[in-house]
Amino acid sequence: MTPDIKEKELLKGLALGDKKAIETIYKDNFNMVQSLVINNNGSAQEAKDIFQEAMIVLLEKSRSADFELNCQIKTYVYSVCRRIWLKRLQQFNRYSGEIESMVATVPVEEDLEEYERRDQEFAMMEKAIASLGEPCKGLIEAFYIQKRNMQDIASQFGYTNADNAKNQKYKCLMRLKKLFFAQYKNGK
Amino acid sequence: MEDIQILDAVERYIRGEMKPDERVHFEQLRKKNPEVDQLVVEHTLFIHQMNEVGEQRKFKSTLNEVHTDLAEKGLINSDKLTGKAKVVYLWKRYKRVAAIAATIAGVTTITVSLLVWSLTPKVPGNEFVKLSRDLDNQKKDLDNQKKITTKLSQDINVVKNAVDEKIASKIPPITYKKGGTGFLIDTKGYLVTNAHVVEGAKNIAVERANGKDFNAEVVFTDKEKDLAILKIKDPDYKSAGPIPYSISKSSVELATRIFTLGYPIDNIVYGEGYLSSRRGFQNDTASYQIEISANRGNSGSPILNKNGEVIGVLNGRQANATGFTFAIHSKYIYAAIEELKKKDTSYSRIKLPTISTIRNADREQQVARIQDYIFIVKVD
Repeated sequence: MTPDIKEKELLKGLALGDKKAIETIYKDNFNMVQSLVINNNGSAQEAKDIFQEAMIVLLEKSRSADFELNCQIKTYVYSVCRRIWLKRLQQFNRYSGEIESMVATVPVEEDLEEYERRDQEFAMMEKAIASLGEPCKGLIEAFYIQKRNMQDIASQFGYTNADNAKNQKYKCLMRLKKLFFAQYKNGK
Repeated sequence: MEDIQILDAVERYIRGEMKPDERVHFEQLRKKNPEVDQLVVEHTLFIHQMNEVGEQRKFKSTLNEVHTDLAEKGLINSDKLTGKAKVVYLWKRYKRVAAIAATIAGVTTITVSLLVWSLTPKVPGNEFVKLSRDLDNQKKDLDNQKKITTKLSQDINVVKNAVDEKIASKIPPITYKKGGTGFLIDTKGYLVTNAHVVEGAKNIAVERANGKDFNAEVVFTDKEKDLAILKIKDPDYKSAGPIPYSISKSSVELATRIFTLGYPIDNIVYGEGYLSSRRGFQNDTASYQIEISANRGNSGSPILNKNGEVIGVLNGRQANATGFTFAIHSKYIYAAIEELKKKDTSYSRIKLPTISTIRNADREQQVARIQDYIFIVKVD
């Protein structure tokens, strides 16, 4: 296969959640990003975080309907990481001059804006879920995220039957929705 | 109805779990009652957000798994930096701190040695030995504790697995028969197939080339043209990116070279042929006759021209009876979508692909690109 086709296959795999594709992209790009971050005042942990954020940006891009990658995955990932890291450095006042670019970069501002907007929405929901407390948090996660059935949930959380669990879940859900939509409407 | 029941209904409606008549009833309620309608809109957004959070969490944990895995295999430079990289990192990060630390250390050393020299305290040696022995004992205790905890968590896992297996075995699986083939016309999960394929079906599942099943339901049928539009309802369904082929509106020429991909058997099968007549079965103008090997499972397969444009939908209904094969003209897919949009505004976002991105690719590449967009349609 030509490199172009191979990259398309990888991106399709990523969009479909294929672990092999994720591994390949990870393996081919991580070291590059790690040296970018470390050579510019960052730690290995920070490099990992930045790289994984870029993977999420790439995933979202690969799933969008009008997606055509007009550069190599490597260039795209590098551009995203460089942009995020520059921002991070400025936030923490660790910025010490220009980041030298080893690879050509492409403009990624729009994709990053979209990513930040979505990330904010995720953060809202995560925050709302976290502030629920137990057992609500567990109940809600079991039903809406792990998508388990009520019978199963009732026995795990020690409810006498599925209806009791359902009632409790309903109360938790009302609280969660209130918490979430309060933030969501403020945010808009 | 109580609020909790209304919400329950809303959730089943969003997940597409309602029976057709219940669904009609609920849609009427939704039209009559603006509060219910508002709740549906709000809850759809909420459920969508929850699904996204779930997916994001899953992806993040996959990334962490992949990271650990690759680091262990030595395929990426691991977290613990070694050699030059570590020195560079530490030096860059801590050069200022190091300078300050060195100064402080210098001052402290001098102060301490002065103090030591002036005070010279007497420390009994055996005290230290005793202390370190105590420490050893403590450590042993801790190790034992750890072993017990590990054992416990293993036991818990065994019990948990047993329970999981029991629960899994309780749910009776739906047994599907294979009906035909369908292909995506919108990445949001809309497929085209033949109406006769899904006629009288209670449940419908569609299977991707990788063997993954998704629940689907019929949103439109035209029995006369033998066309049906399905919508994948499964929350697990993910788009494989933009559709490579386009759906053609223009008419076709006699002798046009065509090819198809479908599921006459469990595996995807490629076939080649040509357009043999511009009229279909019994002089039908809505379809045309093609010369291509096909059988019942091919019903609903796309018929493509050399540019990767879908010009028709293979209709296997009369194939066995007449010895000829027919295809429904692709422009009726557009007509079907138009009617669907008129009936229900919630379908107004369906957009058919109008540009083929595999126009200049050779045939192997075309086939490789479109495989993931063609599904087995199964019914029970």
